[in-house]
Amino acid sequence: MRSNIFMKDRVAIVGAGLTTFMRRALETPRELAWEAAKMALDSAGLTLKDIDCVVIGSAPDTFDGMHFKGEYLADGSGAINKPMTRVYVGGGTGVFVPESAYWHIASGVCKKVLVIAEEKMSPAHPHPQYVFKYIWDPIIERPLGPNLIWIFAMEMRRYMAKCGAKKEDIALVSVKNKRNALDHPAALTAANITVDDVLKSETLVWPVNLLDVSPVTDGAAALVMTSENVAREITDTPVWVDGIGFTLENQHWYNRELAFPRYLNHAARMAYKMAGIERPWKEIDVAEPYDPFDYKELHHIEGLMLARPCEAWKLVKEGYFNRDGELPTSPSGGLLGVGNPIAAAGTMKVAELFWQLRYEAGKRQVKKPVHKAVANAWGDLMQAGTVIVLSN
Amino acid sequence: MGVLMSRVGIVGAGWYGFKPTTIDISFQDMMFESSARAYSSAKIDPRYDVDAFVDCQEDMWEGIAIADEFAPEPIGGALRPTFTVAGDGLEGIAHAYMLIKTGHFNVVSVESHGKPSEIKTLQDIYRFALDPLHVRPLDYVNPLFYAGLDAVAYMKRTGAKREHLAMVAVKNKNNGLSNERASFSTKLDLDYVLSSNYSIYPMTNYEIAPFSDASITFVLANEEYAKKLTDNPVWIDGIGYSTETGTGATEWHEWGKMKSFRNAAIMAYKLANLNGNPQVDFAEVEDRFSFMELLALEETMLVKESEAHKMLEKGDFNRDGYLPINPSGGSLSMGIQLEATGLSRLLEAYLQLTGKAGNHQLKNVRRGLVASWRGVPTYTSMVALLSV
Amino acid sequence: MSSKINKLPGIKLKENEMYSLIGLVEDMPQAKYDFAAGTTISKFLQGLKEGKILGRKCPKCGRIFVPPRSYCEWCHVATNEWVEVPQTGEIHTAVITYISTKREKIEKPEVVGTIKLDVPGYRDGEYEFAGLFHKICVDPQDVISGKAIGMKVKVKWKPKEERTGSILDIECFEPL
Repeated sequence: MRSNIFMKDRVAIVGAGLTTFMRRALETPRELAWEAAKMALDSAGLTLKDIDCVVIGSAPDTFDGMHFKGEYLADGSGAINKPMTRVYVGGGTGVFVPESAYWHIASGVCKKVLVIAEEKMSPAHPHPQYVFKYIWDPIIERPLGPNLIWIFAMEMRRYMAKCGAKKEDIALVSVKNKRNALDHPAALTAANITVDDVLKSETLVWPVNLLDVSPVTDGAAALVMTSENVAREITDTPVWVDGIGFTLENQHWYNRELAFPRYLNHAARMAYKMAGIERPWKEIDVAEPYDPFDYKELHHIEGLMLARPCEAWKLVKEGYFNRDGELPTSPSGGLLGVGNPIAAAGTMKVAELFWQLRYEAGKRQVKKPVHKAVANAWGDLMQAGTVIVLSN
Repeated sequence: MGVLMSRVGIVGAGWYGFKPTTIDISFQDMMFESSARAYSSAKIDPRYDVDAFVDCQEDMWEGIAIADEFAPEPIGGALRPTFTVAGDGLEGIAHAYMLIKTGHFNVVSVESHGKPSEIKTLQDIYRFALDPLHVRPLDYVNPLFYAGLDAVAYMKRTGAKREHLAMVAVKNKNNGLSNERASFSTKLDLDYVLSSNYSIYPMTNYEIAPFSDASITFVLANEEYAKKLTDNPVWIDGIGYSTETGTGATEWHEWGKMKSFRNAAIMAYKLANLNGNPQVDFAEVEDRFSFMELLALEETMLVKESEAHKMLEKGDFNRDGYLPINPSGGSLSMGIQLEATGLSRLLEAYLQLTGKAGNHQLKNVRRGLVASWRGVPTYTSMVALLSV
Repeated sequence: MSSKINKLPGIKLKENEMYSLIGLVEDMPQAKYDFAAGTTISKFLQGLKEGKILGRKCPKCGRIFVPPRSYCEWCHVATNEWVEVPQTGEIHTAVITYISTKREKIEKPEVVGTIKLDVPGYRDGEYEFAGLFHKICVDPQDVISGKAIGMKVKVKWKPKEERTGSILDIECFEPL
């Protein structure tokens, strides 16, 4: 990974769109993709004819009950007689799709790219979570009958043991995010809750309670990304993609220290280096770290070097990451507050930073002035770290 | 603009398998074997010299939700920039091409594999790709009927006869006899084909590619690195991919044509700064259904519309003909390896251009075309233009 | 955006509304696979049947992997030596589950976790280690109190006649 000083054309995000995030939607997956795509195109003042390439992100095909899911979503995502590709790194896909669009444009192959992330989890019977049975190694892990929440619980327990964090400290993240989400029009699980509510909710896999987890969700998010020249014609306030980073760790998560996500750290370093950021904890103004579970936001804040390892849980207590704090995180409300349609969640976070950097986030706008932002997503068996650095 | 003008070349390739079953080896071990061979042929250490790793897989072929979990370790991508493209291997090559053209990545590896022998319910997986609301409930026997529909429409439009489709199978199955990767080649006469029962009208079993297991890895590099790493890089002059429509919206598809091949070819030729016919010496094109070889040649503009079957009859596409097509025997004799099929075609073209095609080596070939399709029920195709 | 738009597209359904939709199609994938374990994992499973835990060594970096791999992911070379490793270790992390794979409540809560095995060649506190993910036969209270983290454990095997060459031949890990 090296900085290319000859690259004159930058890549920008010029539009974003979102559907409501729902527990179960009436719309089909293609309709969800279309709604988000249409909104993104409208916001950029473009039509489908203007688009050169389409990049789709969607996680396990098994949720929708489709094989070749990308092909199925193609027409809803505008890929009629266009180059279309589907990239996939599990939950990391949400942030990875705009990263992939970055090299579509920076390579000179495409000028205007429509980025769509969609997920419809509700078709899965009897409960979408059962689909996660198939992510495990068929021989060494599946016979033990694992549930996806086990792996997060194990990581949370390790983080608590190594860093001295308690459940009530970690629950503050859920409280913060669900409250932030009250101002988000797409939010599914926004609420004004207390730490007590979290601790009293159903214990799924100790130490994880129901309110520590983001919900099963249907939804779609879309972005329009273009080269610099095109961006300047479309808008006075393009949001630049300064850095991208992505890493996939090995599959043997039980051979690794779970208290710190080094795969995310590698991806973050890659993105920061490309963006020319040397002290992220000082230079980043707002962040959207991936938060499928409350402790995961802390884990990722540390992986992104926005706080030192094992320090993030202390800073939450001080309000450091609140919207009016020093380094606001998840001002959107994150996955905990808005919802977690696996692939679309990450793109929702990128869309949020897009609006924050243009001062268009309305009631969710963070208090301090914003110039540089970072979003990350996570995926697979504690493996995928995808990071994107944006600026205005 | 200096970096954008730099070419992208293939500096190494490796493969493992190309057999109907590979029961003694797990899919990950196959990935390790093919990637180890590729890195060795490029003389690089993937842990230090490769900047990004692209893997091409589809969940439902693998039997594992989130198949990219098992991708990094065997291809050398653990804790490195690795990702999965849910598409054909040639789409992965397109990503690698773009990554290198950004100037931020110098060497990128692309792997894809298929292990259809492990899928016990292959037909059902195909069925699972059909539109769940409008097509799946129709309760037909074989989901590959889409190919038959396109074949019939193609024949009507171009005047190609049933015999021409059979001739493709005869040419390819016989070509494969000299290719160690063609497990399904056989000495075939035209009357054997014409006297067989139809499998999917208007094609017999000879004209529908069977399945085989394989893993294939390629190493790509920018011009500077390519020249350092090897004496005979194969340049990717252009690459394109396109989707005509989604699998739930077949009403947009023009039956008897494959617009996605045409759009992909146009994209590839534009990147190669060409107008129209790319003037290649040979081509490895999609032939998992016999008629598709002829259609692909016309849509990629290698031959004029409705001319392919006439040229085939004259022998122009034979190994000793004017424009050898699928000298390797194509998928009809090598089998299809699911998403790795595009890389199989690319591998055969790469071996031709580097003089390593052994018994089926063509003479004096410097430019080649590769065209691949994702198969029923998709309308997505990929085209790559290569030269040395 | 959101300063101008209050209602985003999307129509919510309740569970009973979804199941009483006209045109609802139910479908069940027939997706069955036969996974080849490969020589390395097959030998590992054979070892389990015999009551042994086998690891595999990388000739370049010297790491001993459990579960064994055919290749070292850090060096990208084939592993070359089988090593029988000690059956003791310490708990890296443990949790108590109250739900099944299908998200249903289970009768008796189970403790599962990852165990770092006492395999030589790894430094203390190193990020990577040889280990397994399995059930742990320990008091759930110890998980909550933290006593379980770092607790020394050993393998508890199923009776010899019940072992089939599967990861489940290990019944659980129990305190020393």
